[in-house]
Amino acid sequence: MTDTSYSVVLSGEAGQGLKTIETLFMVLLQKSGYHAFLSKEFMSRVRGGNNTTEIRISSGPVGAFVERIDLLVVFSGDGLSRLMDRIDAHTVIIGEKEDIEAIPTGAILKPIPIASKMKELGNAIFANNLINGLLCGLFKCDESIAHEAIRKQFESKGAEVVDKNLAAFQMGEDLSKTLELGIAIKKEAHTKKQFALNGSVSIGIGAIAGGCDFIASYPMSPSTAVLAYLATKARQCGIVVEQAEDEIAAINMCLGAWYTGARGMVTTSGGGFALMTEGVSLAGIIESPAVIHLAQRPGPGTGLPTRTEQGDLNLALYAGHGDFPRIIYAPGTFDDGIRLTHRAFEMADAFQVPVFVLTDQYFLDSEGFTDKIDFSTLPIHRKVVKTDAGYLRYSLTESGVSPRGVPGYGDGFVCVDSDEHTEEGRITEDFSVRKAMVEKRMRKLSAYEDIEPEILGPTDYKTLVIGWGSTYGAIKEALELLGRKDVAFAYFRQVFPLPKSTKAILAKAKRLVLVENNVTGQFGDLIGKELHIGIENRILQYNGTPFSVESLARKLEGALK
Amino acid sequence: MKATRFDYKGNPDIAWCPGCGNYPLLQLLKQSLEELDIDPRMLVLSSGIGQAAKMPQYVNSHFFNGLHGRGLSVAVAIKMSNPGLTVIAEGGDGDMYGEGGNHFLHNIRRNPDITHLVHNNMVYGLTQGQASPTSRRGFKTPIQTEGVINEPFNPLSVALALGAPFVARTFVGNAELTKKVIKEAILFNGYALVDIFDPCVSFNKTNDFAWFKQNTYVLDEKHDPTDRMQAMARAFEEGPFPLGILYKQADHKPTIHEKLPAYEDNKAPLWKRIRSQQVLSSLMK
Repeated sequence: MTDTSYSVVLSGEAGQGLKTIETLFMVLLQKSGYHAFLSKEFMSRVRGGNNTTEIRISSGPVGAFVERIDLLVVFSGDGLSRLMDRIDAHTVIIGEKEDIEAIPTGAILKPIPIASKMKELGNAIFANNLINGLLCGLFKCDESIAHEAIRKQFESKGAEVVDKNLAAFQMGEDLSKTLELGIAIKKEAHTKKQFALNGSVSIGIGAIAGGCDFIASYPMSPSTAVLAYLATKARQCGIVVEQAEDEIAAINMCLGAWYTGARGMVTTSGGGFALMTEGVSLAGIIESPAVIHLAQRPGPGTGLPTRTEQGDLNLALYAGHGDFPRIIYAPGTFDDGIRLTHRAFEMADAFQVPVFVLTDQYFLDSEGFTDKIDFSTLPIHRKVVKTDAGYLRYSLTESGVSPRGVPGYGDGFVCVDSDEHTEEGRITEDFSVRKAMVEKRMRKLSAYEDIEPEILGPTDYKTLVIGWGSTYGAIKEALELLGRKDVAFAYFRQVFPLPKSTKAILAKAKRLVLVENNVTGQFGDLIGKELHIGIENRILQYNGTPFSVESLARKLEGALK
Repeated sequence: MKATRFDYKGNPDIAWCPGCGNYPLLQLLKQSLEELDIDPRMLVLSSGIGQAAKMPQYVNSHFFNGLHGRGLSVAVAIKMSNPGLTVIAEGGDGDMYGEGGNHFLHNIRRNPDITHLVHNNMVYGLTQGQASPTSRRGFKTPIQTEGVINEPFNPLSVALALGAPFVARTFVGNAELTKKVIKEAILFNGYALVDIFDPCVSFNKTNDFAWFKQNTYVLDEKHDPTDRMQAMARAFEEGPFPLGILYKQADHKPTIHEKLPAYEDNKAPLWKRIRSQQVLSSLMK
């Protein structure tokens, strides 16, 4: 199978307005009936540098980054050198003449007179809509959608601004006719019914569907967009959104909210989460539900703040002193982002444990289209009980889960203690109570039902590729490119506890190949530790970028020889 | 002592030293709550770690005895999630001003409608006698072997500078004043700080009962508690320290839950709300 998608890359400095182009272009593509997937990489700065956004346009679903550039639109010549290993003789580069000729590339150069066109309009600010018009023309999108969007965006600034933006858009469309790139990608009506979103929004929607009504967090890339999304819904959905003074306050506030029966969450990244670990441990002993969105970026320390990595699985697995159960989910698609986050709230409430949603910069900043969800299929089950006088918060039960009361509902008292405690919730140093409480906490997940890994490809596989979370799209497409009938992909949405079927699924294969976006293969090590299955064949990438479909296909081909 | 509904009947093994100021304070707190006719089922005590933070263990009410320094964060979240509850955050000077110092600063800015009781004995008790943020200069401990060299933390002036609408100090040796101040703090609609001089009989032989008695005086009617600048001047006095309500804002300062959009049209606790399918499907329109 060959990749029939078309990749457009926008390259410019921070502050040059790539975002406004992306936003409108994605709307145009969706409403015109294309499948599309957008991923971006950017430097940790507000202005300057070089950032790029890749938009893949396709006749069928796509969900991964490719290194190949079919069409490169440059807003400054400075970034070209960074892209040289992705440019070849087939790449078309569009931009101001001096920018596209800044260094020799061997590509097909199509100069367009952006500056002189802007002079006609009197301000360079309209250049973004010239590019929008150009892309609209090249992909034969429905221009009326763009016109409406532009009018809406600028109507508050007056008729002249609207007209000049529309004129710039028209200039772009006219220019597109002179380029003759012969782009022909089939459209499909289905995407028009889908919903455009990015990974962060998928987590936010999942949280609201899961009943989230409280979020306290401290801003940290790449986790902040989830906080921002919930802030935009605070009024409509009745969510208490609080920017905490630090991550320690955030997680303690989250637990305070759950104590009253609310459904709280935190969103953070590795360094911020490191500060929260005392709270994770607190959730362990007070048996509080908690939902933790941990957005990974490369560490250690500050690492690469705006880049991607799957480097914090071990952190999520082992954060918090003492032994207590936990659950970790890792979405690889937007649909997973919604459903797993909803489920995180449900399972946290049902089993009174911290539940992690483990994402990364690549997943969160990627954009695409997903089927709308019938939310009646994602119900909420609040497990709060009315208490009687004599209520025991930590009653010893067979399941280990004690009915959870909240203050102000019933005649009982809800006493929770970070010290080891009696069934009533008061401090004790009685060793037999301690032992009973440890055992009670550790059996809480006995009734939990795993999300088993999904097997993509043949069921009678000889080789099994193992991946989790955000590598889903790249692994899936790379294997489709290779077209091997004996190779399947086990995609883990639940990474901890290891789903019950894992051992049998792995045992069926003669050869295992692990794919992870980190340096040690943290999930592979977890499998080794828990199941005593060693995976020697490891494809690991840890330079701060996501796997591209092509490079992963090459590495897999090597591993499958 | 008169019985209250807040008396815990569970016969606990109380962890305080004989003669500790926490014993009378426990009685005064319970009497204050009783006299205010607070429903124990609607009261939550939130505390961290330390001898003062054990107070909720001996009270018949809901409590969240969390981590060192975090009692205030938890208390504020509880109030933000269910404003119908009466919430008291309680702990010692190390817990609230040291480990929880950042939360102290920023929760004053939030102005939650909670009562903040801080037992101030100018020493660390549970960890056995190290300096606390409020220890006086020259105070010798096993760590500060030649005496404390840092400036003592002044919680009252800090709270006033951050716009706290209610700032008070009392001394557990003055039972009537302590009860009066605690009751006013609980009734107050907004953040109310009560710093309570509460001597440690085991680890602070310098600032003992007699020392606090000699080094404090009760504010009289000449002090205008609605004047923040006057209160600020009092807050800097330390020879002797003034006791009573230094500041009580005359006009109502909106509390955090009054300002949250989630409570604008709906006053119900968060957990009682049901989100409609319409609202949910609008997320993907």
